[in-house]
Amino acid sequence: MEEKTMRLVEPAPQIHHRDSTAKIMWTVVLCLVPAGMWGVYVFGPRVLAVLGVSVLSAVAAEYAMTKFLGKELTIQDGSAFLTGLLIGYNLPPSIPYFIPVLASFFAILIVKWTFGGLGQNWMNPALAGRVFVFFSWTGHMTNWSMPGTMDAVDTVSSASVLGYLKTGLLDYTGSEGGPMAFLRKAGYPQSSMDIQVTEWLRGVFGDGVAGGYWDLFAGNIPGCIGEISALLLILGAAYLFYRKIITWQIPVAYIVSFSLLIWIFGGLRYNAGYFHGNVLFHMLSGGLMLGVFYMATDMVTSPLNGRGMLIFGAGAGFLTFLIRIYGSFPEGVSLAIILMNIFVPMINRYTQVKRFGITEEKGKAA
Amino acid sequence: MKGLKTYPKGGVHPPDRKGSSSDKPIKNALIPQTLVIPLSQHLGKPADLAVEVGDEVREGMLLGKSSGFISAPVHSPVPGKVKEIKDVYLPNGIKTKAVVIEMEGEFDRSGKEQQRREWKHMSAKELLEIITENGIVGLGGATFPTNVKLSIPKGKKAELFVVNGVECEPYLTIDHRLMLEKTDELLEGVEIIDKILAPERMAIAIEENKPDAIQLMEEKIAAKGLNIEVIPLKLKYPQGDEKLVLKAITGAEVPSGGLPIDIGAVVSNAGTVYSIYEAVVFNKPLIERFVTVSGGAIKDPANLKVRVGTPIGDLIEECGGFTEVPAKIVVGGPMTGFTVYDLDTPVIKGTSGVLALTAKEVKSAGRTNCISCGRCIQVCPMGLNPTTLFKKVDHLEYDEAVDLGLNDCRECGSCGYVCPAHIPLVQGIKLGKRMARKKKG
Repeated sequence: MEEKTMRLVEPAPQIHHRDSTAKIMWTVVLCLVPAGMWGVYVFGPRVLAVLGVSVLSAVAAEYAMTKFLGKELTIQDGSAFLTGLLIGYNLPPSIPYFIPVLASFFAILIVKWTFGGLGQNWMNPALAGRVFVFFSWTGHMTNWSMPGTMDAVDTVSSASVLGYLKTGLLDYTGSEGGPMAFLRKAGYPQSSMDIQVTEWLRGVFGDGVAGGYWDLFAGNIPGCIGEISALLLILGAAYLFYRKIITWQIPVAYIVSFSLLIWIFGGLRYNAGYFHGNVLFHMLSGGLMLGVFYMATDMVTSPLNGRGMLIFGAGAGFLTFLIRIYGSFPEGVSLAIILMNIFVPMINRYTQVKRFGITEEKGKAA
Repeated sequence: MKGLKTYPKGGVHPPDRKGSSSDKPIKNALIPQTLVIPLSQHLGKPADLAVEVGDEVREGMLLGKSSGFISAPVHSPVPGKVKEIKDVYLPNGIKTKAVVIEMEGEFDRSGKEQQRREWKHMSAKELLEIITENGIVGLGGATFPTNVKLSIPKGKKAELFVVNGVECEPYLTIDHRLMLEKTDELLEGVEIIDKILAPERMAIAIEENKPDAIQLMEEKIAAKGLNIEVIPLKLKYPQGDEKLVLKAITGAEVPSGGLPIDIGAVVSNAGTVYSIYEAVVFNKPLIERFVTVSGGAIKDPANLKVRVGTPIGDLIEECGGFTEVPAKIVVGGPMTGFTVYDLDTPVIKGTSGVLALTAKEVKSAGRTNCISCGRCIQVCPMGLNPTTLFKKVDHLEYDEAVDLGLNDCRECGSCGYVCPAHIPLVQGIKLGKRMARKKKG
């Protein structure tokens, strides 16, 4: 027979699942887009430039590295783009442009490529980049802007929700019932949209509904560019679950352990006693949603098996709680995740899957 | 169907694409003028050559003698003359000696009424001898000599016999057709095995995607009053693996490094049971087998009864040839099969399918570094860590790989199928097994 030209000789399996590394990375990027667009909408076009700078620097660093090492081009696999995007999402809107550049370079050149590039790094590059610039330029990294959706307030300088709490609670001795009541009493701004939504909710569920949560949920709060809208981040994460790009173990373990600890101990600072922590408030404020769904779940730097992922998530939840409530930083998500990254090899070692045909007691063939 | 049994851990669901051939009745393939019959068509030692160039051979005559305990004889599929003895490459890339036969003369059995042998009074030993002489090997793909499998070692007892009608590989429909068209013969084959093994329990395992076969088997078994269970299984690749089909049915695990008989079970593929029937009832050696010819690039996919030694190109031509230039020609199923370049590659005893796959069907992205997604671990039915095994082999750490279960790998291809980085995990593991064996000496 003729036409022998096209025939590939390859090892089995001869067919493949449709997912590829690039598809996974670009899908995560896609799922992050709505939350970023919200950031651009509320903080203005300048943040688009910030995101552009961080992505471009990350991709350029990746490109330079592959050229320098004479390796195959890897920028098309989307991993450098994703790292750059996540770095941008983790920066305050008014950040000077040199900071995303340095954060991206640090992430790609030091954290990723000194270990051999994609898949070889043991620490999440985006978070490492963020933590690097956070400790180097703490002032710039904690200079927040009010979102444009927050009407009639000074949009230039203001504190993030958690930052405001941290400072406000330093010499606090009263009993306010929780962080939300504390913020309201201190006159922390509330958008008109939140007031309307709260009113509507009160109509449905009764007068007990507190105000301010819609702002946290929808993203009418000061914060990093991509972290503020819990709503849009959850929507994107839902698609990642649907596509099985992220699995339930890390997010669930993270949220459950964090919530439990907040619930048990979170009320102490407000002299409300044990089991009076405000879980919803802490879930929706700060970078928890971005961290839980998009960074703790990073395949490269999280454990391999389901059981390991549960331990990893629970550990990250515990550390986030510890740093946020008892540490000197208002946040804690980034640090918690990169600290847990360090434990991944150990977790992997102790959570190996039970092998087929091996009995536990003897530890070898039955 | 709900509540069906399956094995608990791992497995994948590749698109099954059986529809294009599952309703095509089995046809006899044309017999080519020249056949190439390799002497190594089974697991174990190749057969010893028993003919010379120029010899006249008759249909079913011995071409190669069994050369050891784990070996099998090879017979001539056609009458004719030995034209040449030459080296050929098997689909798996291994070089072996083969007998080339130019067909001529009269067929002794094909097209003629065959006399039935009454076997019910025969002893297990006599029946096993017939199976040995006729060169029966496992037709599911592993081609393990059947007589060895059915000879139960001292101190063990076969309590359960399972006919494996799972056929979990995509595209392949030959066992499905066999169960539909040769139901009586298959059941007689099971009775023969009952006589040999005298197990307490016999079962036929069929995946839920073959409801017609499940129903027909149940009806025929009831009509004949046989004591055989039909066990429908939930669809999941690679359930056709004998260790996994047993796990699905009994919940028991064959120990690492062991065989099904270690948990008192014997599993045979449906095609093998049919060959046992033919060998015992008609004294017919394994010179023919059933083959599914399919794939997106095949014009008219079909299920064919093929003489061993027929070039795969002839089968493709008989199915109307290619509709487009195929990206891959696969011998076997797409998950475990081998790609071949040469269309003159002969069909051998272990050839269950010939597939011509289009570029779209085999589409895969380029290889990247491992991103530690853990999918290979999730899908491994043996509870192994394929990515770590691959890295160990890559770093030449064979002993560590063996400690981590390298030799437990069933080579089902599930890990390679899901790997988003497209790392050739199975190839690495296979290589590791070879190197570890070599190192051990």
